[in-house]
Amino acid sequence: MTDMPLLPLFILLTSLLASPILFALPERAANLRTGINLGVAAIKVALVAWLGWKVSQGVVYDVHFTVLPGLDFKLQADPLALLFVSLSAILWLITTVYSVGYLESGSHRARFFGFFSLCVAATVGVAMAGNLFTFLIFYELLTLATYPLVIHRGSAEALRAGRIYLIYTLAGGLVLLLGTLGLWIVAGTTDFVPGGILADVAAEQRLVAQMLFVVLVGAVGVKAALVPFHAWLPIAMVAPAPVSALLHAVAVVKAGAFGIMRVVYEVFGIETAQAIGMTAPLAALAAITIIYGSLKAITQDDIKKRLAYSTVSQVSYITLGVALASPIAAVGALAHLIHQGLMKITMFMAAGNLAEGLGVKKVSQMNGVGRAMPGTMLAFTAAALAMIGLPPLAGFVSKWYLAQGGLDTGAVWVVALLLGSSLLNAIYFLPMLYRAWFRDGTETEAVPARRRIGWMLAAPPITTALMVLAVGGFANAPFSPLEWTRFVVAIEYQE
Amino acid sequence: MTIDAMTLTLFLPLFGAMAAFVLPRAATGIGLVTVLATCGAVWLLALEVLKAGAVITPLGGWEAPLGIALRADGLSLAMLAMTSGVGLLVSLGALNALRDLRQRQYFWPLWLLLLTGMNGVYLGTDIFNLYVMIEVIALAAVGLTVLSGTKEALRAGLEYMYASILGALLFLMGVGFVYLHLGRLDFAGLLEAEPSGALSAALALMLVGLLLKTALFPLHFWLPAAHANATAPASALLSGLVVKAALYIFLRLTTYMPLPDEILVTLIGALGAGAVLWGGVQALRAERLKLLVAWSTVVQIGLIFIAFARAGQVGLTESWKAAALLILAHGVAKAAMFLAAGRIKDELGHDIIRDLDKSNIRPTLAQFTFALAAISIIGLPPSLGFIGKWTLMEGAMAAGYWHWVVVTMIGTLLSVAYFSRVFAGFLRFDRVRAPVGEHQGWALADVAPLTLAIASISLGLMAAPILSFLELGYALGVMP
Amino acid sequence: MTPDLIYGLTGIAVFAIGLTGALCAQDRLRRVLALKLCSLGAGFLLVVAAWREPPAAPDPVPHALVITGIVVMISATAVALALIRRLQSLEAEDDD
Repeated sequence: MTDMPLLPLFILLTSLLASPILFALPERAANLRTGINLGVAAIKVALVAWLGWKVSQGVVYDVHFTVLPGLDFKLQADPLALLFVSLSAILWLITTVYSVGYLESGSHRARFFGFFSLCVAATVGVAMAGNLFTFLIFYELLTLATYPLVIHRGSAEALRAGRIYLIYTLAGGLVLLLGTLGLWIVAGTTDFVPGGILADVAAEQRLVAQMLFVVLVGAVGVKAALVPFHAWLPIAMVAPAPVSALLHAVAVVKAGAFGIMRVVYEVFGIETAQAIGMTAPLAALAAITIIYGSLKAITQDDIKKRLAYSTVSQVSYITLGVALASPIAAVGALAHLIHQGLMKITMFMAAGNLAEGLGVKKVSQMNGVGRAMPGTMLAFTAAALAMIGLPPLAGFVSKWYLAQGGLDTGAVWVVALLLGSSLLNAIYFLPMLYRAWFRDGTETEAVPARRRIGWMLAAPPITTALMVLAVGGFANAPFSPLEWTRFVVAIEYQE
Repeated sequence: MTIDAMTLTLFLPLFGAMAAFVLPRAATGIGLVTVLATCGAVWLLALEVLKAGAVITPLGGWEAPLGIALRADGLSLAMLAMTSGVGLLVSLGALNALRDLRQRQYFWPLWLLLLTGMNGVYLGTDIFNLYVMIEVIALAAVGLTVLSGTKEALRAGLEYMYASILGALLFLMGVGFVYLHLGRLDFAGLLEAEPSGALSAALALMLVGLLLKTALFPLHFWLPAAHANATAPASALLSGLVVKAALYIFLRLTTYMPLPDEILVTLIGALGAGAVLWGGVQALRAERLKLLVAWSTVVQIGLIFIAFARAGQVGLTESWKAAALLILAHGVAKAAMFLAAGRIKDELGHDIIRDLDKSNIRPTLAQFTFALAAISIIGLPPSLGFIGKWTLMEGAMAAGYWHWVVVTMIGTLLSVAYFSRVFAGFLRFDRVRAPVGEHQGWALADVAPLTLAIASISLGLMAAPILSFLELGYALGVMP
Repeated sequence: MTPDLIYGLTGIAVFAIGLTGALCAQDRLRRVLALKLCSLGAGFLLVVAAWREPPAAPDPVPHALVITGIVVMISATAVALALIRRLQSLEAEDDD
């Protein structure tokens, strides 16, 4: 059945090869650039769909070649990889549409889309990496490709943000290099295997395994914005809105969270991670991050900063679900990988529309924006309510499974944590909605409308908002993310 | 006397140099053809080594110890291949970079002479010949340094000259001691010799001389000015290739005559650490692009010596591989980087880092090339530099030498910091709001550096064959 | 004291004097001369290596090496002197 054994490689190459072409296009060839962008994004979605079909048919993909003796560059398409690849491929297509609209009159578009494409290639590589060594390669590539996007505006503030981003993520990458080397020396392989590869090591050298856990999870935790490595994320919000969407929903933060999954499930194995006593501290760290991010979000007036702190908080739901070491919580974690992506990308695109269309960048300026931009704000509202956890929206589904998992493992505090966090979500989101819909727009009049929002800006957030509704409402339908998630968890827990 | 690939490798560039000197009008053509032919000879030699392991040719049929024997194994061939391959691309880059007739006229003979010297070093099997070759390299390299004819270049070149000759003479003094003690100078003799105080003293003299020539901190003082003030192709040759010759001899000598005490190994590593830190700080402070690149060479030399020291005396037989990988990686990437820096300077008319973004000309391709080369030099995956650093750190961690791991990591962060100064300038064009000209600042001249930069990245994915090639004919330092 | 010891020690001493000069001297020409001294010292040492207790004939190999060394050093000196002259004339232009 493997009529196309290199399919994972092709999925990687679509955007990797598009990148140099996009770099080389002259600035004024806007239509051609848009065509290539959308074409490649659509091809990628199609290829991923094909891959998903094949994998669900039981086809196993394994692309590898030797880089150093015993050490392979390896791509695989396991169900976990597929979950992330589908997310990034679909959201990339939507973000590309949005970016084309957003940057219509901007400068340096050739460069922007070149790096944009590279960034998605790196994300796909992170998703399909078959061992930690390959993961490391793409993890670093992701850093390099996003840096120019973060500083795209070229202002002093953007440069500062870029520098901080680079320091955090490259330091994280360096620690990951150290961890990968450590794993290679200790275990003699860096392959991702369900159930982990460190059971023997952990039994004999508990301390070594513990140190390795701290190093590896710490390293990927930088991109996952775990406290105390989160500081770069709120600062990086100076980037243009599509880049924020990319950072928060499609690529960077997700790569970190995904890395935590790979490390805990397939390097250590959930049982081993539990046996060396590292899951409880990780859960505690995730809990701290959840509360801390929410508290910080409340105090932010800048919309994108508030959303950024909200991401810090929300992404740690994923970490929490992993660390609870319960299959039910794991379902919640994996589902949240998808759900959070959809919700947050909606909100960032909506925030970008507010800034572009009305010049509104602060929560205090949001009075009456609902009437001015109903479509955008409806999408934002749906995402915000989902984030708070209103049933039956996407956020509710994740939180439900996480709470179930908490109860399942006897960690009742998780329920309290989730309730508290939902309350905090409500505290920082509801005032935004209230201002948007129920206050008159007197204050916004000071800022003249900048430009009309075209369909390329208006449609993407509405699309993703509909997806938020769908993944919540049809959570139990076959082929829903949740169903796929159950399938993945069954593999990781080796049931 | 039969003509074989090894003899050709040595004599083609020598005759080419003479021809280019005698026929200045045809110098460019002669130069290109010679370098290309040398590449061919190296290729033939590589095929022989692949088939037979180490290959030995007594020059003119005279056997050692009286005659001069040439020997090629995996390591020396990797160096030869790097030299001629990088040399070929730098030669192509030089076609455009050298505008001045006088520069063109002298560049080719000097560069071919340099190639002769380096090929001689990589094929040489006795230390007196190595001495002659490093002097040849020194003279040619000084000539290349002062090629631009500016006062700064002449001053830097003279300093380089003093350091280089002194280094060579220290080496010669060591050679004298060795002959006094052993009565022979070939590698096989060194390998057979019983360790003794006198030999250690001789080794110390030779090594100090080599360290001076390869510019290991604190003997690096001559390097930044010399490499930063030369013309771009000369800088690429000096930084990418020339310093490697002395490094290579260092590697060989310490394999045949192990350092008597592990403290010395650690000391050399400590000097490497000093280079990484001091060079990194200086690169952070550098105001000009080419000076920054030159300081990064100081850093990289330091890193190579850390690789050398990382496993201590016991593990030396393994650690040379990490050093060799780093040498190759740096050779390719640094040549690309200096050529790219030269292109940027040509387009913008200056190379002041602070003002890189104050022009409406965008040498995009050269900047892209520079960034790619920087990825390899920083050691980010999947470049060859990364593989070198991986091998280094793997060995250091496995041996429990955590201090070298820490230094390597600090060095990496420093290199990110100083290169990101440049990247920010590359990416931030908006400070000049003048209408951006359609002139993109691309030229055919970007092809050679770009090829080198792409090679520096993609060779990382071919590390396994490179490593196994390096091991050909080696057998743990025993001369067959 | 045997002749080889005398010559050997002299060679080392000459080298040391040259080394001091090369490191400490300020004047460009002096440094070149100091390097010449170094090469002389090294040459002495090689000549000593050739010496054999008479009536045995001296070893010819080091002699060949010394001659090569001299040739190399002459070239180096020539290059250094040419550089110094060029630099001086450039600096003189500036002064005018």
